[in-house]
This record gives sequence, structure tokens and C-alpha cells, in this order.
Amino acid sequence: MKDLFSRSWRTIDSVNGPLIFVKMAGAALGEMATVVLADGSRRTGQVIGLDESTAIVQVFGPTEKISPATTSVRFRGEGVMANLSPLLLGRVFNGSGEPIDGAEAPHPVEKRDVNGSAINPVRRDVPSDFIQTGISAIDGMNTLVRGQKLPIFSGAGLPANELAGMIISNAKTLKKDGEFSIVFAGMGITAMEAEFFMDVFESSGALGHSVVFLNRADDPVIERLLAPRFALTVAEYLAFDIGMHVLAVLTDMTQYCNALREVSSTREELPGRRGYPGYMYTDLAGIYERAGRIMGKNGSITQLPILTMPDDDITHPIPDLTGYITEGQITLDRDLHRKGVSPPINVQPSLSRLMGLGIGPKKTREDHPRLSDQLYMSYSIGLEQRRVAAVIGEESLSATDKTYLKFADDFEWKFINQQGESRTIEETLDLAWELLAMLPKTELVRIDREMVAKYLPKTEDVK
Amino acid sequence: MTTNKNGQTGPPREGPMVSAVSGPAVRAGGMRGCFMHEMTRVGPENLLGEVIKIEGDSATLQVFESTDGLKIGDEVKKSGELLSVDLGPGLLGSVYDGIQRPLSSLYERWGNFIGRGAEIQKLDSDRKWRFTPTVGLGDEVKGGTVIGTVPETKFLTHKIMVPHGVAGKITRITEGDFTITEAVAELETGEKLTMMQRWNIREPRPAGGRLGFDVPMLTGQRVLDTLFPVAEGGRAIIPGGFGTGKTVMEQTIAKYASADVVVYVGCGERGNEMADLLNDFPKLADPHTGGPLMDRTVMIANTSNMPVSAREASIYTGITIAEYYRDMGLRVVLMADSTSRWAEALREMSSRLEEMPGEEGYPTYLPGRLAAFYERSGRFKCKGREDETGSITIVAAISPPGGDFSEPVTQASLRTVSTYWALDYDLAYQRHFPAVNWHLSFVLSYGKLSGWFEKNAAPDWIDMTKEVNSILQREGELSDMAKIVGVDSMGEPEKMELEAARLIREGYLRQSAVHPADSYCKLSRQAKLLSLILSYIRAATAVVREGKGVKTVLNPEITERILRAKELAEDKLDQEIVLLGGEINRLNEREPT
Repeated sequence: MKDLFSRSWRTIDSVNGPLIFVKMAGAALGEMATVVLADGSRRTGQVIGLDESTAIVQVFGPTEKISPATTSVRFRGEGVMANLSPLLLGRVFNGSGEPIDGAEAPHPVEKRDVNGSAINPVRRDVPSDFIQTGISAIDGMNTLVRGQKLPIFSGAGLPANELAGMIISNAKTLKKDGEFSIVFAGMGITAMEAEFFMDVFESSGALGHSVVFLNRADDPVIERLLAPRFALTVAEYLAFDIGMHVLAVLTDMTQYCNALREVSSTREELPGRRGYPGYMYTDLAGIYERAGRIMGKNGSITQLPILTMPDDDITHPIPDLTGYITEGQITLDRDLHRKGVSPPINVQPSLSRLMGLGIGPKKTREDHPRLSDQLYMSYSIGLEQRRVAAVIGEESLSATDKTYLKFADDFEWKFINQQGESRTIEETLDLAWELLAMLPKTELVRIDREMVAKYLPKTEDVK
Repeated sequence: MTTNKNGQTGPPREGPMVSAVSGPAVRAGGMRGCFMHEMTRVGPENLLGEVIKIEGDSATLQVFESTDGLKIGDEVKKSGELLSVDLGPGLLGSVYDGIQRPLSSLYERWGNFIGRGAEIQKLDSDRKWRFTPTVGLGDEVKGGTVIGTVPETKFLTHKIMVPHGVAGKITRITEGDFTITEAVAELETGEKLTMMQRWNIREPRPAGGRLGFDVPMLTGQRVLDTLFPVAEGGRAIIPGGFGTGKTVMEQTIAKYASADVVVYVGCGERGNEMADLLNDFPKLADPHTGGPLMDRTVMIANTSNMPVSAREASIYTGITIAEYYRDMGLRVVLMADSTSRWAEALREMSSRLEEMPGEEGYPTYLPGRLAAFYERSGRFKCKGREDETGSITIVAAISPPGGDFSEPVTQASLRTVSTYWALDYDLAYQRHFPAVNWHLSFVLSYGKLSGWFEKNAAPDWIDMTKEVNSILQREGELSDMAKIVGVDSMGEPEKMELEAARLIREGYLRQSAVHPADSYCKLSRQAKLLSLILSYIRAATAVVREGKGVKTVLNPEITERILRAKELAEDKLDQEIVLLGGEINRLNEREPT
């Protein structure tokens, strides 16, 4: 029906980069448009601004051959919509939501605007279910909780994808309720990365319950901005309509932000820090905030975005704004990686803000919260001693300080380092106690005495 | 030529209509007669907007909801009113968005996700409240006069005040159950008084004379109350990079602040955090009255993915509600998390209006706007009732990009604040919370507060805080040296000084936000703990100065007990203080060797 009313306009006034200015009336902000070239080929675009009798249309994809003389624009009467259906599971799409796995798109049960809308804060249910990733630095010290958004801050050449792959293959909750699914959005990813993730999906058997959106490095930049929106719209459908527990993996958010910057500059907007638009915080919030749980709904969306810190700089606008929105971050470290510690997670700048909600008695174990606190304290003293030892030499340290030095080493090599082996939460916590046993008991002031008495291995047990 | 909804050309329409759309900024033509900050309704969905610029017949509106779907030619309706809040019984315990729409009503309207264009009652107008008059027939009343009271919660009596600008003689006043829109009294001028008033959020409510900063607003947090107290009516800012614990600190203060009413503005922050607060507050007890914490709280939740322009309004909505309770003679705390998001909303609108940018792209009027906001805090005599006082204390979090405090929002805020709590990455990385850096933080009005603390905390309170400061200061100097020569090569007195600082840091300043005995530390307990730790330090220092080694003087088990004292329940703490006192005396009495 819509087609009868929508009209074709052959009134392009000017073209500037991906923007075309159409003299017309009746377009709505955010409306999708089809640009038809002289040879009949089509491009997709979207109305991004309206001024008097001009609609500003941003074209997705190349603008070659677009000409005011021969090109017409048809307005579709709706914004960017995602077609939703349970049959999306197991399928692979591009950044515009078109299937690229050779099969037909499933018949939509429902269509929804990909921008979504904010979950009413009073309807949010507090995340509280522990997710076991099998990784001690995460489970023990930066626990992931269902409904949380916890990004991985990586650097060029650091194994963020491998870490995400481990989490995808191993993640499970101790509570068994509802089905699990994965929604993956790859933004500007290389063919190699795409292959790596497809391998992970296939080898772990996850592909059957996954929905994949791939915007490759050579795909249109504007589709980088759409891919996560399609993915999260599907995630919301699976979580809150079908009742699944969705793990949404978004990579690489740095490519996303660079696309945002590119689009902003073609719109001639005022650049902010490092050229990124001033509204990047709001834009990223529109993505990251689409995680969580809703009262009265069984499903949940847990987000695992991955970003590359340019030059390992955590104060760069991309990690910085992300950190202000997400509920913590897992930070990878180049020194640990060089040493050969795998996964090279630096726990100091890592954080899980929702950890307290997912651990403790009945969730993981009673000693967990304070044990983690003690590990942080002892490790940071150990690192301090390492710095001192670098200046004055290890021999000049006192006996206790030397013990801390050894603690820091053991902590990195025995606790953080896993080399692909997966640990249960009990194994992680017991290992932590084993390490703490080398320190004088009077140093363990962040843990209750009763817990120390109950869990600390007796000296003779420790080799 | 204009068009109707289906995009077809129709006859030109008269009246205001949309002529351009760019994000939340909408230009409308045919707006002659509109005024600045007038509320408008835009388009078929009646999106709420506000006039922020007028040029001839056309005006620019900032729209508080997503403008997707708007078209050129869509109708704009003027309201003739300013953006205002409704004030009256029923505010406490409510959760609003940035423009005072109750989130529970939004849920009834749209379900779990927030839709657009709702005209929703801000206060429940069906609920009946018990009104008890406090003035009689023939009494002269004016703006600020209390004409009656309503028990808004179990512990808070809501005073019904005559709106500012209204005066006259009471000709009718009735006790009974009324809704907020029913007249409870009438003046000889014929004016009817209800329990509700409306106030423009951008205009400060009038108050009587300003009073000095000589009473502290206590937070139950040792590092804050002991070293960097904020005065009642003062303003404190908490700048800190992400992960340094701003939000936990805001939430902790909202729980334990010595205040009658807390207005919590979640401005552009995380949805799950608001959910956590909303889940906690109804269950937690107000440490001062014992009632549910939610009963003294008004929450404004404009999370980061809710519209930007409403984020800008949310701070003003919050402070206006705070002023209303201040006018009742109450102590109000406004928690704002975070003002950076508010400043960014200003920046975003400013850039859409193509204004000349100032530092970091922020508009040049940012410092002025920030100062005007902070100036709405203070301790005042109540307007119209000079014998009563009310106060607003502002505690504002700031999110400096990259944790760099030289950025414009932190710097502009520093100009106007009285207390500065600088959060620190190093402390946060060690999980030392609250991560307040004692070298950077400051308090401006401590001098006036010292008398109060000496009277209410301990007679030697000021001396003790000075001692703590100098111990921490010495550690700063010594630790640089320790990094070069190693602690072991330092003299015994210096080792003792470092040990003293560790006792203060671990045993006193570090405080758990979740430990049941530790999360809230009332002032008397702070004095006890501080006195215990300092007496141990003094005794040990004296012995070390006589030539003994730190290792032989400080028994690790005693030190451990001192460090753990803060986690003991009140009665156990008293016993432990007596026991440890004995140990400390033994140190004092030890013969010099």
C-alpha cells in the first residue's frame, strides 16, 4: 500500500560526498529512501535533516553516477526497520540486515525500528546472575553478570578476539533457565577476523543459536553504524519476546566510532575531541544501554563489546566514553602479553561494577567478595615492590617485601595465566587462597578472620 | 506549499509549523508572539519542546524527545507557559524523568520501553491528602506563609505554603481530605489556594537572607567528614575518571547524608545503576528516622540513552524541587550524577544552533550557567518566615574526559565550590575506596565548621584532623624517598611515619560501601576510631624515637586488630577499644632501653 502513496522525486539539487539534497516535501526525519540511478541500479539512503523544502539524504554505499539530471529518489515512508523472526537463528547477514549466507531472508514475524527505545528505568530488573566464563581474572576479580555490558579494552595485536572466543565457547550460568543465544555484530572487521569468529561459532556448536551481522572492512562505512543496531534489535526480540538469554558480542567498537566520525564530518558537524562528534557519548549510550533485564521477562541481554585502544591509550575518547557508559571493562595489557601470560588481562585497570550483585553466598561463594578485594590489595603491593626492586635491587628488600614480590609473579603466572584452560569458580577461588597462603596471615586484613580460618590452606598443605 | 501527513500537497495551513529539523533542534515558522523558554507541542505525536531562540517569525525549539518522523509542515502548538514543575504533596518517593513525568505512568502508557509525546500528570491528582490548617479566618497571609500541613510520609510533614506573589486575608479554610487541585482555602481577593503550585524550573525560588556555613552536612564517610567536610548549604564536587567510584559515592551519600530530603538526579548515567538504586532504596532504612529511605527521596532518572535535551532540563527540575522543600524549612541534599553530561547536553544544543564554540567546543556561557546552578544552593532564612531556615547542599559528580581535571567543566565548577573531593585512579586500582585523594582535595570553609566539630565530635577533633593531615603529608614526602633508597635503608623514625600513614589509610580512610558495620560511620564512632588509631601511633612513635626498632615496637597482631576495629559492631568496638587501650598503655609504660 505504501508504494502507492510514496512518490519518486527527480529534484536532486546538489550532491556532497554521501549527502544528496533533494527539493521535495513530505519526508520525515529518519525515513529511508531508495535512490534510483539512470542505469536502474539502486542505493539506499536515509533522511538525516530537513530544511524548508529540502530533504538531506545520506546515501549508504558509493555515490558514483549519482546525478541531479538522471537520478530519482523514492521515499519509503518508514525508518530503518529490522525484520524479526525466531528463524534468524543460525543465519548470517550484512550490516543492512540482508542475508549473505546464500539463503532467502526468513519471513518476518514483526518489523521494528533498529534505533530501539530506552528501557524505562523503573522497569529494569537488577542484574544478579553470575556468568562463569572460565577465566579467573574475570570470574574471580571482575565478575560478569547477566544483563551487564562489559567491554574488552584491547590494543592492536592483543588477543581480544581469542578472549571473546573463549567466553563464547565456555560461558555458562550456574542457574539453568531459558535458552542461550549469541548475537554477533562485526563492524569493519577484516576477512581474517570474520573467519576466526565463524570458526569459533562452528567449532563450539554455537552457530545454530547465533545471529551474525557482518560489516566487513570493505563494506560501506555507513553500514558500520547500522550493524550493531540491527544486532541489538534482534537481541531485544530474542531476549524480551522469545525469552532467551542473549550474549551480544560487538566488535570492533573503534571501527564503529571511526565510522561515526567520518559520517559526522561529511555532515559538516562541529568536531569534538580528536575529531569525534560531540554527541558520541549519547550515540554510544544508545548502543550500550541496550543491555539488561526487564521485570517480568525471562530473557536478558549481556553485552560484550570489544574495542581497540589507539596506541594503548585508555584516555582516548573511544575507551574513555565507553568506560563512562559500560559497567566496567576488561583491560588487556601489552607487557603481560609479551611475557606470555594468556589471557593478558591486567586486573588493575579492569573493573566490573555489577560484580557485587552477582557474587557471594548462594551465588558463588561466601568468601568471594573479600577474597577479590584482598587479591587486589596484595597484587598492588607486589607491583609496588617490583618497582622499588627495579631501582634498589631485590636483595635490599625486606623479607615481607620479597614475599610480596613473589606473590605478584605467582599471581600473574598461576592465577591470570591459563593458556586456554577453563576453570570453575571454585577452582579459581581455591587457587587464590593457595597464593595468599604465602603471605603472613596478619597481612590479610581485607578478609574476615573467620574466612581466613575456614579457607586458608594450612602451611603444611602448601608445597 | 505545504503537505499533509501522507506527503501529498495540500492547501497552505495557517499557524506555527515545522520548517527545519536537525536532531533535537527544530525550527518552526509562524511563531510570532512566542516567548523564550515557552513550552510547545510539536508534530502529530505532540512532542514536548521549548523555545530557545527567536528570529522574526520563526523560532528554534529544543525538543525533549526523539524527533525521528517529524516532517516539514507538521503543526506546532504554543502553550503560553514556561517549562515548569508541579510542586505539592506526593513528590517524595516518586521517580521522574528529566521533565517530571513519573516513570511509572510512562510504563502504564507505553510498557517497558519509553515512547514519545505523553502529556502526563506530574503529581497524582486523584489521591486525597489530610490537610490541617495552621492559620485561621481573617489571618493575613503572603507568599511563603504556611497555611496548613499534610503528613506526606510517616516522618515528614509537608507544609502547604502560599505561592509567591499571592497575599491577602483568609476568608475560608477547611480541614479535611483534599486532592492537590481542590481549593483548601480562599482569600478575600477571591483567589483560591490549593495544595499544588507550579514553578518555572529556570528561575530560582525566592528565599530570605543567606546564612553562613557553620554546620556540616555529615555523610557517614570517614574521609569526607573528618578531612574534607561539606557545610550544610555548601557545594561539593566529585570529579573522577571512570571506575574511580563517583557513582558509588553519590549513592552512599544519598543513603546516609544528614538531611531531611534527598533529590537524586541521575543525569545521563547508566540504567542498571538507577535500577539498583530503585531496588535498594525502598528496602533500606533512613539512618536518621528509621523509615524507608525512599520516603525521603525524589529521584530523577534521565539515563544516557534518554533524550539529550531532557538531560539538560533534569538538573533544573531537581534543583527546583529541592528549593521547594528548602522553603518548608528542611535540610535538602541535591545529588547530581553527573554535571558533565548536563554540560555535554548544552554543548550539543549549542552546536546544533551553530553558536560560536568556546573551550573544548563547550559554549562560552558554560561557566556562567554552572555558577548560576551552584548558587541555588545555600542555607537561607525561609522567605516569608524569617525565623525558620532551610538549606540545599549540592553534591555533584563530574566525569572529566580521560580523567584529566584541567577540562572546562571541572575547572568552571572549581570556581564556585566549597568542597572538592578529587577521585584518584591509583587508589581505585588498589581498590581503596572511597578513592578520595587527600593531597588534591580541599575544603574552603573548614574554619567556620571547626567550632561545631569540637562541640559535637570531640574536643580534640581539630587537633586530631591536623595530626592525620600531617601524617599523610609526611608519607607523601617520604614515599618518594622510599622509592629511591628502599624502606629498609630508612631510619626507624621514618619507617614509623610510613607505618603510621598505613594505619590511617587502611584502618581509617578506607571504608567499605557494603560492609554492614562499616558502610555508615556516625560521627561519634569516627571520633572513637580516630582516637584509638592516633593513640597507638603516638605511643609507638614515642618508643621508636627512644631508639627502638619499628619491628619490635609494632606487634603485627595488635596492628591487625587496630586495622580491623572499623568493622566491629558498636558494642564490640567499645570492648576492643578498652582491650587495645591496655596494649597501648603497655607501650607507653615500657621502660626505655
